[in-house]
This record gives sequence, C-alpha cells and structure tokens, in this order.
Amino acid sequence: MQKLLSEAFYLEMKKLEPKYPTRLALLLPALHAAQKETSWLSPVILEEIAKYIGIHPAQVREVASFYTMYNLKPVGKYHLKICTNVACILRGAEHLVKYCEKKWNIQCGETTSDKKFTLMEEECLGACGTAPAMMVNDDYYENLSVEQLEALIERL
Amino acid sequence: MTETLFIQHFGKEEARKISYYVEKMEGYTALKKAISLSQDEIIGEVKKANLRGRGGAGFPAGIKWGFIPKQSSKPKYFVCNADESEPGTFKDRDLMRYTPHLVLEGIIIGGYAIGSNTGYIYIRGEYTREAGLLQAAIDEAYEKGYLGKNILGSPFSFDITVHRGAGAYICGEETGLLNSLEGKRGEPRVKPPFPAQAGAFGGPTIVNNVETIASIPFIIRRGGDWFAKLGKLEKSGGTRLFGVSGHVKKPGLYELGSGSVTIRELIYDYCGGILDDRKLKAVIPGGSSAPVLTADEIDVVLDIEPLMKVGSMLGSAGIIVVNETFCVVKLLARMIKFYAHESCGQCTPCREGCQWMENIIERIEHGGGEERDLNLLLDIADNINGKTLCALGDAAAGPVMSFVKKFRSDFEQHIRGKKCPNA
Ligand SMILES: Cc1cc2nc3c(=O)[nH]c(=O)nc-3n(C[C@H](O)[C@H](O)[C@H](O)COP(=O)(O)O)c2cc1C
Ligand code: FES
Repeated sequence: MQKLLSEAFYLEMKKLEPKYPTRLALLLPALHAAQKETSWLSPVILEEIAKYIGIHPAQVREVASFYTMYNLKPVGKYHLKICTNVACILRGAEHLVKYCEKKWNIQCGETTSDKKFTLMEEECLGACGTAPAMMVNDDYYENLSVEQLEALIERL
Repeated sequence: MTETLFIQHFGKEEARKISYYVEKMEGYTALKKAISLSQDEIIGEVKKANLRGRGGAGFPAGIKWGFIPKQSSKPKYFVCNADESEPGTFKDRDLMRYTPHLVLEGIIIGGYAIGSNTGYIYIRGEYTREAGLLQAAIDEAYEKGYLGKNILGSPFSFDITVHRGAGAYICGEETGLLNSLEGKRGEPRVKPPFPAQAGAFGGPTIVNNVETIASIPFIIRRGGDWFAKLGKLEKSGGTRLFGVSGHVKKPGLYELGSGSVTIRELIYDYCGGILDDRKLKAVIPGGSSAPVLTADEIDVVLDIEPLMKVGSMLGSAGIIVVNETFCVVKLLARMIKFYAHESCGQCTPCREGCQWMENIIERIEHGGGEERDLNLLLDIADNINGKTLCALGDAAAGPVMSFVKKFRSDFEQHIRGKKCPNA
C-alpha cells in the first residue's frame, strides 16, 4: 500500500512514541496529525493509521467516530463552528447561524457547493465570558456581532 | 478584599514566559522547596490548605492525593484535566494561556508528592492555541531543568506531555478522560476501582482540574494555613475564579476568596448588574449542570456547601445569568440538546432519557406540548438521576427537574397557549 501520509507525519509520531506506555495511546495524536495534513480522514487514511498503530481499521473508525473534531467527511476550506450553547444563545448566537445559513443557502452541517465554507453549530467552546463565540479552523472569534461576522467572511 | 493569585496576570502576553514567571511570580521556588520535603509533608500541607477540587465535584485535593498507594508495581501518573467543556466555564483557558508555568509547576509538585514520573495534560481539542502555548512553556521548563531527568540536581525526574482531546464533553469526566488518553472511546469506567488505585494505563493516577493544580505552588510556598484563610468558610480554602456569562453588564472572570460573596453581590457589585437593566429571571450557578435558582434565591453564598444546602451546586463556578427577555423553556431545550448529544450511550437511562427529554421540551417550546408532559419530564429525569455510571446523567436530570419545578408556569403557558408567549 502506498503511503499517503507524509514523512513529517511519521517523524512527528516517532517523537511521540516514547511519551506513552502503549501504542494505542498514539491513536488520537495520529488522527489529529493526519487531519492536519489531509483536512479530513478518508477510509484509506484511517487504514494507514490502523497499520501504523497495529490495530484493525474498524477500531480506528470506532474511536474516530466518537469524537466530533475528526472529520469523517470532506469539509470546506474554512470550517465555521458557531457555539449555540447557553451563554452564546443568550448573547445572540442564533443570529450568527441564521446569517450564514441564509447567505450560503445551506443548513448547519453542510458545505457550500464551491467547497469554501462548512457551517456547524458547536457546543460550548469555553469562551462564554466573551460570547457569542465561533471558531474558524483553529482560531477563536469572540464577542461577535453579525456585522463583524459579515466582515470576517468577506476577508476569507 | 482578599489577595488574588491569578487574575492580575490574565491578559498579559508577557506573563507566559518563564522569565516573567521566575522574576514576577517567584516561579519554581515552590518546586525547589517541595523537593526538599517528604511526600507526606507536601500532602499534609495540601490537606491543611482545604483545597477543594475546582473541576466540579469539590473533592479535597490533599485527601485524594493521600489515596495513592506508596508502593505500586505499575507506574503512577499525574493527569491535569484541561478538558473544560462544561457550558458556562472558561477559567482554565486563561490559566493555561497566561500562566502556563503555574500549571506546570503544580503538576510537577503533584507528581513528586505521589511518586510519579509522568504527567499528562489532557486538553480539549478546540484549545489548539492553548495547547501550543503549554508546549512552548514545557520546552522552556525542560531547558531550565525544571522538567526532565534529575530535576534541580535531585534524584526526581518528571516528564509532561500535552494530549489533545477531540471534541467530546464526556472526556472531562475523569475516567472517560483516561480512556481517551489511552486511545479509546471516551466512555466512563465502572468505579471502583477509582483512578487512585487503577487509572491511566492501569497505574495509580491522580486527575485534577487546571485551577486546582495552579493553586498548588502557592500552597507550598506560603503554607496550607495561609491558603486556607483566603477562604471565608471552614473547609473551603483559597480563591475561586468565577466565570460570569449571559445577561450581565460585565461578563468575564472574577477572582474572589472562596465563600466571600453571595450571588447577588457578584452580579450587582462586580458585574455591573443585569444587562439592559432588565429583571433577573434565573441564575445557573455552577456550569449548565447545576440546578437553576430563581431571582429570589440569589442571596446564597457562592460556595460548595451553601449551594448544596439550597439544592444546587457550585460545580465549576461558571455562573450563567438569564434576564426576563429570554424564554426559559427555550433555554432548557438548548441545554438538554447538549446532554443528549454528549451522552456516551453506555447507560440506557442517560442515552434514551436525555433524548426523550430533549424531544419533549422541544415540543413544549414549539407549542405542541400537553399538560401531562411536565410530569412525564420529571418522571424521566427521576429515572436518570443517580442511575448511571457517571454524573452526566445527573447533570442532565438536575436542570430539567429544577426548571420544571421553579418555572412551571412558563411551561404551562407554552402548553396552554400552544406557542411560546415571547414569540
Ligand atoms: C460529565 C462530566 C464532565 C466533566 N468535565 C470536567 C471538565 O471539563 N474539567 C474538569 O476539570 N473536570 C470535569 N469533570 C469532573 C472530573 O470528573 C473530576 O472530578 C475532576 O477532574 C477532578 O479534579 P478536581 O478534584 O481537581 O476538581 C467532569 C465530570 C463529569 C461527570
Ligand atoms: S456557551 Fe458558547 S462558549 Fe460557552
């Protein structure tokens, strides 16, 4: 099987190996590192990770599917996750979601047809004091108004 | 006013650096002192400090550390719980991004006290930037000899690894966390055995919250008695980071002595009162899992025991304030949607019950509820409460029971009027 994950992935994993007493503990770090390279975890990638760890691909899928951050489907270039949990909904998060849904004519959980944006409703991001909060890929945006969201999307 | 330990450093990027920590915060002097003490002396000091766990359950940290067996055939582990996913909670993030060395020093001392050489920081996956900042701090600490082999020339060696979660509330529960650390689904374990007997990789393990751990260097440096006196109540020492969110004029973190304020004082004297000067409707005092309080119940002291006495809890000290403009039925519907989504599915009462509660509350909110739905909700909640492996079930049941009991007329208006009266 030809390897899809890079040399850098395997080097990073090699560095992590001595930090854990079992090989299985490398699974979450491996999934994170792989997703950073490929943006989503396709079945072949999961298989390659399974081979690296030394477990069955079904076990990798079983674990990966437990966690919401692992993308088991392709996502857009910009992955917007808008928190709609208590503190954010009290501070108007629904307007942010509605704005995006209307602008792109998609529902939460969907990707625009040009593959640029994926929209998700998110659980509490740990930024409740600066609600409403949103993530775009790895970055937080807080105290967000619809106008600021609009301007931010224009820049992307 | 009591002295604050943390908050004066928040918002300052320079505070992250080891140079700031050493020069301005007496950084790593507690570690130096600790390695000249015996394990029992350290645990004794933490017990004297009355440091109660800041993650939610409020268990005394010193007593927990004392449960770790002295001899163990398997390696012991010290784990920092940085999952911070309880809705309404946002204190650990600032501790990690502005005072990462305080957290590291606390972990190293904790590791020394229980005879462990390995620490993990289990941080929620969304905190990518914070994980990077912690790693940068760890690199600095290795470079200066506060981590690694023979720390400060002593026989004690210790390593810390940052382990990222990947989006699952249940991984904040300590045994779910341990399974996740081991590369499994984050499903909570049957207890006993408790982590102190068999935790990470089968070895004796301590799991403590970030804020609990960040308090440790102060206790070692200035003594357990000093720390205990920062708190105003017996058996509850130190300061607390209260995270206030929702409908207040000035949301954010407030650090105050444990048990030194009532909810009313916090909201009106510190947070500037209710947003838009509207009427207060409800306060959820300890993260969304804490049973709700009405506007008439806020003269209670914000601490573990007083809140327990009024049937709620301090939990993670995330205080969510709701004014009269927001429909409480809608709020509860959103809260329970969260628990239904985050239930790991192992225990039938929680998996099925949370889903049913979500459906019923949503139908009430949208005007399709019936009179008997309220008792049905209470019945389902009662069938979840206390009947699951971990406390996620209770965390979902408590809000449902308290909202329905305390705001029953709001629910009845939805049912009788067949729509939300605010809509
Ligand atoms: C569903 C659930 C979620 C939890 N989430 C967290 C969390 O995000 N952070 C945390 O420190 N503790 C959390 N806890 C509490 C932990 O199980 C554990 O009590 C805590 O980490 C112990 O540390 P402490 O004694 O220092 O508070 C959670 C508990 C439950 C039942
Ligand atoms: S509720 Fe949105 S960040 Fe906490």
